[in-house]
Amino acid sequence: MSALARIPPGWWALAALLLIYPLPANDFFTVQIGAYSLILGVIALSLMMLAGLGGMVSLAQLSAAGLAAYTLPIFGANTQDVLGLGFSAWVTIPLALLAGACFSALVGLIAVRTAGIYMIMITLAVAVSVFFFTRQNYAVFNGFTGYAGIAAPSPFGFDLRRPLPFYYLCLTVAAGLLLASVYVSRSTFGLSLQAVRDNPRRVAALGYSVALTRVYAFFLAGLIAAAGGILLAWFNGRVSPATIGVDVAIDILVIAVIGGLRHPIGPFIGALAFVLLENFAIDLIDRERFNTLIGLAFLLIVLFSPDGLLGLWEKIRPNRRRPNQAPQSGGAKT
Amino acid sequence: MPIWRAHPWRTAFALLALLFLSWLIVAVWPEWLKDILGRKKTFVNTLLNGLTLAGLYFLVASGFTLIFGLMRNVNLAHGSMYLLGGYIGFEAAAMTGNWLFGAALAFVALALVGAILQIAVFRRMQGDDLRQTLVTIGISIIAADLMLAAWGGATYQFEPPEALLGALELPIISTIRASGEPVFIKYPFYRLFVLMAAVAIGVALWLFLNKTRSGMMIRAGVDDRAMLSAAGVNVDRVFVFVFAIGAGLAGLAGVIGGTALSIAPGEDLRYLLASLVVVIVGGMGSITGAATGALLIGLAEQFGLAYFPTYGVVLTFLIMIAVLAVRPQGILGR
Repeated sequence: MSALARIPPGWWALAALLLIYPLPANDFFTVQIGAYSLILGVIALSLMMLAGLGGMVSLAQLSAAGLAAYTLPIFGANTQDVLGLGFSAWVTIPLALLAGACFSALVGLIAVRTAGIYMIMITLAVAVSVFFFTRQNYAVFNGFTGYAGIAAPSPFGFDLRRPLPFYYLCLTVAAGLLLASVYVSRSTFGLSLQAVRDNPRRVAALGYSVALTRVYAFFLAGLIAAAGGILLAWFNGRVSPATIGVDVAIDILVIAVIGGLRHPIGPFIGALAFVLLENFAIDLIDRERFNTLIGLAFLLIVLFSPDGLLGLWEKIRPNRRRPNQAPQSGGAKT
Repeated sequence: MPIWRAHPWRTAFALLALLFLSWLIVAVWPEWLKDILGRKKTFVNTLLNGLTLAGLYFLVASGFTLIFGLMRNVNLAHGSMYLLGGYIGFEAAAMTGNWLFGAALAFVALALVGAILQIAVFRRMQGDDLRQTLVTIGISIIAADLMLAAWGGATYQFEPPEALLGALELPIISTIRASGEPVFIKYPFYRLFVLMAAVAIGVALWLFLNKTRSGMMIRAGVDDRAMLSAAGVNVDRVFVFVFAIGAGLAGLAGVIGGTALSIAPGEDLRYLLASLVVVIVGGMGSITGAATGALLIGLAEQFGLAYFPTYGVVLTFLIMIAVLAVRPQGILGR
């Protein structure tokens, strides 16, 4: 059986649905709902990689995305008269990816010595200090204002700024990263990362370097976050400290958890739910109380379905569970 | 073994540093010192502000560290408790005109809230760090939004009791005028009261934990919960009790801090972060650790603001990262 034939039909249907989605939708639904969900999903996917596969919850992934977003106007062009070295997108995009990934790996280097709640707190503190640093630093990050006038490039005369091309760009990036995440989770590295999550001591005894595995996971997650950050900068056209505030970092965590941390598709489901709530909660309740609504949804899901919306889906159809899903062995619990 | 036998060099160094600091405070500064550090008034005021802030941080963080140390419960809604305590105390004080009544009511109300939270939420997910973290994040999102709905975005400032109003002339000479008469440093009396209150509560907590029977139970619970339970102590009741004290302290700190500074939306996040950093730096679960961490962070924040205004905020987090890199369990952690 070829690899293509083994993909369940549901995935083909989903891909087809996403491809023809812009046809009936107007610009608002294509960009503000579609593309924005995909972008948030990519950033949350970075968190899912760490939390789901590695058991490491990092709130600094948004900071990695933000630094990648900052790299574009600093080395490329902006309308703020600060820096803007004017390199082409062929230079700035790889630089941005590298910046996000290296920052994430650096956070990993500091954080992998700890685990559990300590790691959440350290990465939270890193996120806060990056936020304050970008707000205070005017020489490089242009302080409170940040940068405006960031535009997606138009390679070979093909304008990626228009709604339809931008949606397909986001879809391509998201689908590529999703497939890459699935691939990584089944690769030797992914398996060793999951082994480190379940029992670091045993993995160390087998001769693997626990710290190296974790830091490399942070590096890969940083790459994903950086891709999301670049798309986010193009989507907003600007980047400022408010883009990487603590509340947004917590939103990313909420998205990942609402969606479910067991499978890379989870963050995208969570992002869609979040964006739909954000845009249409105004019809349900007062717009001012959006946070109460999203907080309640988050609380209910955490309390009753620890695996998020994905977990709910699996609960509804328990008989369709894959046969190779063996019960998790003990040892993860401490 | 007395400490000067165990670490003669460290003790000597600490004594020397202390002597130098007291000389800095008492002496009239010669010109060369002014060239390095600026005016003496700034220095002494910064020092006192730092100590006051440290006192406030200690009040908030001691509850946090007690709860974490005993139960491994991660209560990220601790900042919300601070803010709620501030609002409740403000309402009560405004209604009765009695500041002390407001402070007492804030303590009692938040102790109740804490007990309910412990019984309704934490008891259901004992030992599941990540879920507790997520649930309390959800609670704090909702709480912040509801408090915004109830009290609006305005900044509230308490009137301290009349006995604590005004400024106190300290017996510290700032400069000597050309006419030869000394100028003394003035400092708000209320802020000194905050410092004294923090020291008093700290000493009381220490005595309670180290000299009473209930304190002994709590310490035994920190060390080995199962053994304490086997010894016939109702551990659940101890948990509720400690949670109530911790939450009540956060509420009390809300009133005290709301009088020294102010209360407004967003303060919850600020004090949550402060107590996280204080507890990480000082060491989880230790009252002395919380005091050490609070001193370090409070002083760093104020000196950072006074002497490196641009990056003062980042300094706090740099200290935290440095401590974590060397001692992941915190300065006094075990």
